[in-house]
This record gives sequence, C-alpha cells and structure tokens, in this order.
Amino acid sequence: MEEQPAQEQKQQDAAKPGPGGQELFGYVGIEAVLDQIRIKTIKTGIEFNIMVVGQSGLGKSTMVNTLFKSKVSRKPLSYEDRIPKTVQLRSVTHAIEEKGVKMKLTVTDTPGFGDQINNENCWEPIIKYINEQYEHYLREEILINRKRRIPDTRIHGCVYFVPPTGHWLRPLDLEFMRRLSKIVNVVPVIAKADTLTLEERAEFKQRIKKDLKAHGIIVYPQEDFDEDPDDRLLNDKIREKIPFAVVGADKEHQVNGKKVLGRKTKWGIVEVENSAHCEFPMLRDLLIRSHLQDLKDITHNAHYESYRTRRLNESNMVGKSGTEWVPLSPFNGEPESHL
Amino acid sequence: MGEGCRTVPLAGHVGFDSLPDQLVNRSVNHGFCFNILCVGETGLGKSTLMDTLFNTRFEGDPASHSQPGVQLKSSTYDLQESNVRLKLTIVGTVGFGDQINKEDSYKPIVEFIDTQFESYLQEELKIKRVLHSYHDSRIHACLYFIAPTGHSLKSLELVTMKKLDSKVNIIPIIAKSDAISKSELTKFKIKITSELVSNGVQIYQFPTDDESVAEINGTMNAHLPFAVIGSTEEMKIGNKMMKARQYPWGTVQVENETHCDFVKLREMLIRVNMEDLREQTHTRHYELYRLCKLEEMGFKDTDPDSKPFSLQETYEAKRNEFLGELQKKEEEMRQMFVQRVKEKEGELKEAEKELHEKFDRLKKLHQDEKKKVEDKKKLLDDEVNAFKQRKTAAELIQSQAQQAGGSQTLKRDKERKNSGFL
Repeated sequence: MEEQPAQEQKQQDAAKPGPGGQELFGYVGIEAVLDQIRIKTIKTGIEFNIMVVGQSGLGKSTMVNTLFKSKVSRKPLSYEDRIPKTVQLRSVTHAIEEKGVKMKLTVTDTPGFGDQINNENCWEPIIKYINEQYEHYLREEILINRKRRIPDTRIHGCVYFVPPTGHWLRPLDLEFMRRLSKIVNVVPVIAKADTLTLEERAEFKQRIKKDLKAHGIIVYPQEDFDEDPDDRLLNDKIREKIPFAVVGADKEHQVNGKKVLGRKTKWGIVEVENSAHCEFPMLRDLLIRSHLQDLKDITHNAHYESYRTRRLNESNMVGKSGTEWVPLSPFNGEPESHL
Repeated sequence: MGEGCRTVPLAGHVGFDSLPDQLVNRSVNHGFCFNILCVGETGLGKSTLMDTLFNTRFEGDPASHSQPGVQLKSSTYDLQESNVRLKLTIVGTVGFGDQINKEDSYKPIVEFIDTQFESYLQEELKIKRVLHSYHDSRIHACLYFIAPTGHSLKSLELVTMKKLDSKVNIIPIIAKSDAISKSELTKFKIKITSELVSNGVQIYQFPTDDESVAEINGTMNAHLPFAVIGSTEEMKIGNKMMKARQYPWGTVQVENETHCDFVKLREMLIRVNMEDLREQTHTRHYELYRLCKLEEMGFKDTDPDSKPFSLQETYEAKRNEFLGELQKKEEEMRQMFVQRVKEKEGELKEAEKELHEKFDRLKKLHQDEKKKVEDKKKLLDDEVNAFKQRKTAAELIQSQAQQAGGSQTLKRDKERKNSGFL
C-alpha cells in the first residue's frame, strides 16, 4: 500500500470524464494497470531479432557491437577467410540485461551478400530465411496444444548497409530493398559515413530518397502504419533524416579528458556518439530507445499477418484443385510469385 | 530465457530499459478493455457494488424477481482516468436464483462465456484477421456473490461455481455483509473456504510469483472470500464525506477496512491484478477452450514427419467429406425422385388399362344390343311381309267374289270388312 499517498494527490485531477464516456466521481485506480504492465514486461523479458545485410567490409559487425555495446557479433576471424560462394546466414543469440530488463538479442549476419561477380538472386536465401521464421511462428500458432509463449524468431528489423559511393543507389541495393521492404522492416543506413563530408552526405541522402520514391520502396517507418497525429509527427521527422549516415567503432579513445568510442585518424578522432560527427545516436535511438516495440508490433501485426494470409490462401487453393497435399517445399520460386 | 545462449555484459548504457515504457505508451494509445461478470441472486447488491467500485453511476433499474429464466445483460462503458482509457463491460445475471426449479440456472452463464471465447476463436482462425484491433469480449473476472446466510454455501452456489471454475477466474465475495456480525463472519469464511476446497472448486488465486506484489497478494489470498458492502450514498462522517450506509444503530463505512473488505477487493481487482486477470483469461481459460473445441471438431496436431498445416488439411478433408455427403444426398434424392416417377407411371398405366377394358366391355355390350335390335327388326319385317301377303290374297278373293255377282249386302259386308280393315 505504499502507493496510497501518491494516489491521494492524483485524486483531484484524475476524475475528469472521458470524451463521451462515463463520469467518475472519484479516484478509482485504473491507471495502476500501467504499473502492472511494466512489472509484467520486466518479468517476462524481451526478444529482439535484428538482421544486418550488406557487402563485406562495410562495418556491419562493428556497427552491431557498437549498438549493443558488447561483442554480440563475431567478426571474421581473419581477413583471409574465404568469402563464401553463396550468401550464408549466421545467427548468434545473446542474453543481455540492463536495469532489470532482460533482452534476448539475436543478430543474423549475411556474409557473402553482394560479394560475388554475379550477384543475381543473392537476396533469395535471405528472403527464404525470413519466410522460414514466419513459417515457424505460424506452425506454432496453429497447433492445438500450443505453448504459452511462442518463441519469436521473426526478424524485427533489417538494417541494410549502403556503401558510401556518394552517387546513387546501385541496382543491387534497389532490387534488394524493393523485395525485402514488402516482408520485413528495412532500415537503410549509409555505412562508413566518415568518408563523406557533411554536404556530400546531404546530397547523397537526397538522391537516395528520390531513388527510393521513384521505385516505390517503402522503408521503415512506413507511413501507412502511423497510428495517430503524434506518431506521424515523430515519424515524419525520422523520415526526413533517413538513411542515417553512421560510423561504427568499438575502440575507446581519450577526447577532452573523456573516454569516447571513436575512430582515430591522423586528422582527428571521429566520435561515434557525437551527433555532429555522425548519426549513430539517431539510429540507436530509433532501433532501441524509442521504436523497438514499434518494430516488433509492425512485424507482428502487418508483415506476419500478410504472410499468414498468403499462406492460408495458398493452402486453400491447393486443396480446391483436388490434387494431393503438396508438401510445402522451401519456397523455390515462391519469392518471385508474389513479389 | 537464455537457454543455449550466452550472457554478454554491456559496456555502457544501451537504452533498451525504456522498453517497458514503450509498451506502456503503446497500451495507453490503444486503450484497455476489461470485462466483469457478476453472478448472484437478485437483490444481492451487484449493481450497487459495481457503482461503488468504479465510483460512478451505471444506468439500469433494479431487476424484477419474476423472470422465467436466467438471462445475461451486458453493458459497456468508456471510463477514463488521467491518460488511461478503459472500456469496461459489466455483465449481470438477471433472474438468477428466482426460479422454482434451478437445475439449469448455470447453463445460460456457461453458454455466454463460451460464446465470447467462440467469437475470439473465430476471429483468430480467420484468414484475414485484425486481432490487434479486435474488441475483446471475453470475461476476465467473475465476481460470485454469496448470499450472507452466515452458515454455509447454498447448493446452487456450489454447483454454479463448480461449473464456472474452469472457464473463468472466479472471485467469490460475500454480499451485503453488514448482515453478519464479525464473529459469524470469520466462521462463515472458514466454512466457505473449506467447502470450496472439499468440492474441488478452483477459485482465482492472486499471483505470488513476482516479488513486488507477492507479499500483498499472499496476505489477500488469506482473506478470501471478501466480505463487501456497496453504497453510493455519501454521508458526512467527522469532517469528510464518505460512502456509507446509515442505520439507527450506527453507520457502516464502505471504505473502512475494519467494517468490510471493500477496499481489499478494489485493491486486488483493479489496482494490482487487472493485468494478471486478463492474462490468465487469455493463456489459461481461452487456451483450454480452444483445445477442447478444436479437438471436438476433429483436428489433431500431426506428428513431426507428417504434412504441414494440420489445421488446414483437416479442414479441407472435412470440407471434402461434407461435399461428398452432400453429393450422396443429392444422389439419394435423385433416386427417390426417379422411383416415384416410375411408380406414378405404373399407376397411370394401370388406370389406362382399366379404361381400355371398360371400353371393350361396353363396346361388346353395345354390339349385343344392336344384334338383338336387328333380330327384332327382322322379325317385324317378316310379320309385315306376311301381313301384306295376306292382304293381297284377301283383295284377290274379294275381286273374284264381286265378279261372280256380288250383292250389295256382300258389298256392304265387304265395305264393312274393308272399313274394319282400314
């Protein structure tokens, strides 16, 4: 009953009638449900799955390590490691905790993407992987005897690393983003942005935005999912700034007597967490501090639902044609049929 | 959590500790909904208690006692407190316990709860669904009002609670507890608890697994069932206005913990466990309903190496089965129709034959008659011929007699004869 004194204070302004609703004559305590939700979240913990896609050497692993301030992503052991002949997907899961809030973080890396001479269809293994996660979830959900908490391995956000050419988006970038933005939240970032000056960055961003618009590619945050005017305002500001120009670093240096994460060069130290130097803080805020739940919600309510609808419709059609049950083979040719 | 994955220490502040706040914001934007079912005999103060709990006046007149059966009346209200919007649905039983034969009284209640589960299940099974904006109408808490007899539970109460305990979170409360004295109350509570336990009725236990609420929930669990009093009238006591009931021998204060357990009920139901009640409803009661319903419909989880989408497949199989049955029925009906037509045809043929026979018979009759008539005619003709011959013969004799020197008398005789003849 320690909440009692605080509640007494709230009594005065709490009892306003809602719009068109029932008038309360006094304090009831309904808002205590917010605390209950908070407690519940802390108890159950969060699952978050992120995928990083981009050519090798763009600093993907470093970026993820910087984001989560720990060694969650394995860098290639040595640079003589062969670049894989096909795109592989490697997932690593870690449990991290902050102020009592536990998170199960899974980072999926895609070595080999865009590294071949002929990169045709290199997005297919990735699309297949994402759809497989949806499939697992769907199978669990459809069981008669299902688990209390279905383990969520679906990709909540896909960070796409654009090489800092300064010109335009390459055909590979466009193809990939076009296909993937339909099934997952894509967050494009300009990698290794410390090779571009601020003006070059601004110009590059404008061109990228134009390109995306011209090709009808909708990246996160999607306009259609803005729930109310406040959301829209916030997301519009973000949409102004994407793609974020980021720099990743996991070494600490001394600047003005403070230890900061940064990259040391002969002409100065690029501070990763300084918004004047790069937009890493904005990316971090977007992904973790403000829109983490939103990423999960959109994945669950929009992308997963559309996958489910597609799947169930397909099974319906197979049944109708009277043929035998076709065991749903791993999506050979499926990515093309609906994209 | 963290099975098969390592724990990594963080080198600095990442910021995902704001996630609970993000979730809270999302919930606030979305709004909450909470559905309470009040079960109890008419006149136990259910509506008044709801008014008191939520500090407002819900509409509705007191129910009459002459209902033919138990009905459930549901009303939804929009409450708002600071920035929290709550869509509250209160379902009351009208006419419960008023009938002479109460054997089936519990059935409408169970049906109502099942209907809510069913509509949620239907939505969940749809191909194109909108679960996150679906108005959840499943009952989250059931307040069972026990009549304040002071002795023990009535059999109706026991039976109803037993039927409901696997479908909804039951919180038993002793209604109008100002009718019981303190010492009687303790005995009454003990008796009720022991009866519930001995009959295996599972009432809702406040959760004690989280440290922040474990203590308070633990103590409250020991006070069940809560003895409550409801009142919406305010009296001036001391120098504050309080909700109370005034009797000639004193005033019962609703919010005084020594007078009744109302404050405890409000604390437990709304301020501490509302979210847990909703979660239990979804993860325990609803899942149980879903399991039973789907098994009843014939669905099974297939084994690992079998085909995918058991639900869809079984559904398809059932559909084909159903279509097959329809076809069979159609065939049967067709057969029956053909049969009937044949029969009718046969009948008609029979009738036709009969008619023919009759016609033949009549024809024969007609011919016989005709023959008879012709015979008679022939006879008559013969007679006429015979007569004519006689006449000619007679005339001949006459003319001869005249030639021989006939007399007038003979002539006269002849004339007389002729006239007699003519």
